[in-house]
Amino acid sequence: MDTGLLHPITTVHYLVLSAALLLIGTIGLLVRRNVVVMMMSIELILNAVNVNLIAFSKHLQDPGGQIFAIFVIVVAVAEAAVGLGILIALFRNKETVQIDEIDLLKW
Amino acid sequence: MLDTFFFYAFALMAVAGAILTITLRSAVHCAMALIASLAGVAGLYLLQNAEFLFAVQIVLYIGGIMVLFLFVIMLVNLDAAAKQRQFHRRFWGGIAAGAGTAALFAWFLVKGVGSVELAAPSPVTAETPGNVELLADTLFREYLVPFELASLLLLVAIVGSVIMAKKRTS
Repeated sequence: MDTGLLHPITTVHYLVLSAALLLIGTIGLLVRRNVVVMMMSIELILNAVNVNLIAFSKHLQDPGGQIFAIFVIVVAVAEAAVGLGILIALFRNKETVQIDEIDLLKW
Repeated sequence: MLDTFFFYAFALMAVAGAILTITLRSAVHCAMALIASLAGVAGLYLLQNAEFLFAVQIVLYIGGIMVLFLFVIMLVNLDAAAKQRQFHRRFWGGIAAGAGTAALFAWFLVKGVGSVELAAPSPVTAETPGNVELLADTLFREYLVPFELASLLLLVAIVGSVIMAKKRTS
């Protein structure tokens, strides 16, 4: 039972889950056209990072990982607030939230 | 045994919510799926003895950020956007990342847990204080300067978002 895949939940299980969440977030960021959903994908990526940090904080019995997760959450809050402000200003000017219709700087 | 059950329940919640977030058509439904995913991750924090972060995740992420998202979704009318094409030309990048996910899981299932070498886990000392107490001690002793910088960052973010979202009167 020591190396069983399912039963004893180890740090590795958390790392695999974190990698899966990160990749799902990356897929969402790459393929979606809606800016709001792209920002939600960024939140998913930041959450995956937090799962990783917490897993290692438990593994090494070091509270530094949890402190770092708090700072990640702070940055996520700031990013969401500024990003959604930009989105509202953008919608007021361009009347769209589709990322490939916002191509003013592209030629 | 019980924590195995809860790990898989919360992990399923997190991953299923994440997949629904990036596949559903309506942005409101995406936000609801993301809330489910964030709640699953909060449960995982609880399993890892991070009680403070569990509370922060519920209050700040689900109660704060997601309500902000829903406000913006209601503010910018996304009904027209939901009827259009949802995926665009960078589709191959997404497929590559999906193949990466599948390969990762296949590798993990074939090789098993022992294939990843980590440092030996540190022993749990009996006299460790509670989680909130420990975090407060660490945050205000070792990480005081980053803590103050974070408050400055939040102030700048508040001012920036207000300036971004306000109407230009000229």
